[in-house]
Amino acid sequence: MEDFWAMVLAGLKVWVCLIVALLMVPAMFGFSLGISETYMKILVKILEWATLRIQTVNKAQQILKSSSFNSLVQRDDGSMEEELRGLRRSRPKPPVGGDFTLSDCFYFYRRGIEDIVEDEVTQRFSSEELVSWNLLTRTNIDFQYISLKLTMVWGLGVFIRYCILTPLRIMLASIGLTWLVIGTTAVGFLPNWRLKSWLSEWVHVMCYRICARGLSCTIHYHNKENRPRKGGICVANHTSPIDIVILCNDGCYAMVGQSHGGLMGVLQRAMARSCPHIWFERADMKDRHLVAKRLRDHVNDKTKLPILIFPEGTCINNTSVMMFKKGCFEIGGTIYPVAIKYDPQFGDAFWNSAKYNMVSYLLRMMTSWAIVCNVWYLPAMHQQEGEDAVQFANRVKSVIAHQGGLVDLSWDGGLKRAKVKDIYREEQQKKYSSMVVGSEEDRSGNSD
Amino acid sequence: MGSRASSLLREEEIEEIKKETGFSHSQITRLYSRFTSLDKGENGTLGREDFQRIPELAINPLGDRIINAFFPEGEDQVNFRGFMRTLAHFRPIEDNEKNKDPTASEPLNSRINKLLFAFQLYDLDRDDKISRDELLQVLRMMVLRMMVGVNISDEQLGSIADRTIQEADQNGDNSISFNEFIKVLEKVDVEQKMSIRFLH
Repeated sequence: MEDFWAMVLAGLKVWVCLIVALLMVPAMFGFSLGISETYMKILVKILEWATLRIQTVNKAQQILKSSSFNSLVQRDDGSMEEELRGLRRSRPKPPVGGDFTLSDCFYFYRRGIEDIVEDEVTQRFSSEELVSWNLLTRTNIDFQYISLKLTMVWGLGVFIRYCILTPLRIMLASIGLTWLVIGTTAVGFLPNWRLKSWLSEWVHVMCYRICARGLSCTIHYHNKENRPRKGGICVANHTSPIDIVILCNDGCYAMVGQSHGGLMGVLQRAMARSCPHIWFERADMKDRHLVAKRLRDHVNDKTKLPILIFPEGTCINNTSVMMFKKGCFEIGGTIYPVAIKYDPQFGDAFWNSAKYNMVSYLLRMMTSWAIVCNVWYLPAMHQQEGEDAVQFANRVKSVIAHQGGLVDLSWDGGLKRAKVKDIYREEQQKKYSSMVVGSEEDRSGNSD
Repeated sequence: MGSRASSLLREEEIEEIKKETGFSHSQITRLYSRFTSLDKGENGTLGREDFQRIPELAINPLGDRIINAFFPEGEDQVNFRGFMRTLAHFRPIEDNEKNKDPTASEPLNSRINKLLFAFQLYDLDRDDKISRDELLQVLRMMVLRMMVGVNISDEQLGSIADRTIQEADQNGDNSISFNEFIKVLEKVDVEQKMSIRFLH
């Protein structure tokens, strides 16, 4: 019995030494031993093989799989005016009293039914469906037995992911976070020398690197020359809390957010000791002027780190970019846009906060194959003459969407939970009204 | 989210829906996927609030009427069969269907049934007549009356309603029956305007 425990202890010691040597030291000093690269290569090969197997079996059995990758309906791109004119073509325009036909409604009915079958917005709040199965149970939509080999590979995958990788990742993540708290608190005790900020950045990056290893992240950074600089605002599309880990692996940012209690609160306070972050009390967040003032003060101090903001305000599923809130675009600082695109084949990074809480989300992350993403740093942008904050925000949004290959939507991400505002319906009504009454205004000079 | 969605729909059910509505197998499975993603309560039926969660539908001036069409008289929930039955009205008319057996019952997406669907969206009290009031109600929904700028007064709407009924009414009862409705719209390409084009 004693021998058994001695063996277990020895095994644990070896395990921990291996972890430190192979994973933590490279993370601390920023070089790579090539272990993750090898893992990724093997993974890619296996997934390609699996895709081929599924395709051949499907062809053989002539199973038609309608992938929801493509649209279900084909829409007419005509505007309301064009469509209504088409509907009214069959009758002459009445001389007085406004232009209305019983068939005008057909336009609205058809649009309504098309939207019920398929709409642009609600699909953004749930995970993207994959083109081909990636050997994870959670993405298996149509459970079908394909072949014994595939099932065995899947079973092996389950074992590796849950029994080997997940404990390792959990350990790394906890080490990373503990280190973050201890390191930043320690740095916080130093007086304000240049050394302090350098050390603080080093501690931050090191801990985020360990956390990234804890999620098996493979990140490709592009255009590093456009990296955000001090005194600017870094703006990115939001898919999950992991975005922060992804971006902070390659630079140091000042975070903005609500101060939480509990574990998050400990983290936040520790981080704030070593370098200035902007944490708000819940009540203060409602006060837009206060928020703007604090942001402006931070930005104007050129020694402070660039602020990291996600203007969408909520997590979107990484197939589109939704409306940017104009708050940070009104401050007048330099905006550094960043586009983040995850590869869903290896692991779905989207946090569906309605379905999963933070802990189950992190567990799902840790039991995926890996997190693979591309980060593009885009050239800095400034607000131009005669451009208001909303237009500026839209300009930045389309640049990010274009680079990341995402759909550019003007809908508010807040529609995830809130109802759409009446004003948009009134716009539709206004448009239609001008088609009814417009003819009168042309003819008579005196319109009310 | 597509979590084993189509496996919950049995093959026999798919066949029945195919016969009743004319949708293809893959269309039915795709639409079932959509149905389950709208069904937040996960109880196999949709309520009005599930439809209203679609932003584009919520801003549609006639959105509420369209949602109503899915719910049979007095009911608050619609199941997948009812969902498909209503959507079937908007299936495009295919050529081979026009030569079908004349004794078979009218398919849900025929011209007559499309027009009946539109007629019933006007005729709320189901008395087979569109009265002046019912027409006025629809006009009020579609038009902006309260804001400055392009606005239409109630009197203008009233005269539009009167004129529309005058043009359509043939038996002088100051309302539009279904046959009069069909007559007024005989030149409108209903097949195209009240159909949505499904891919695959």
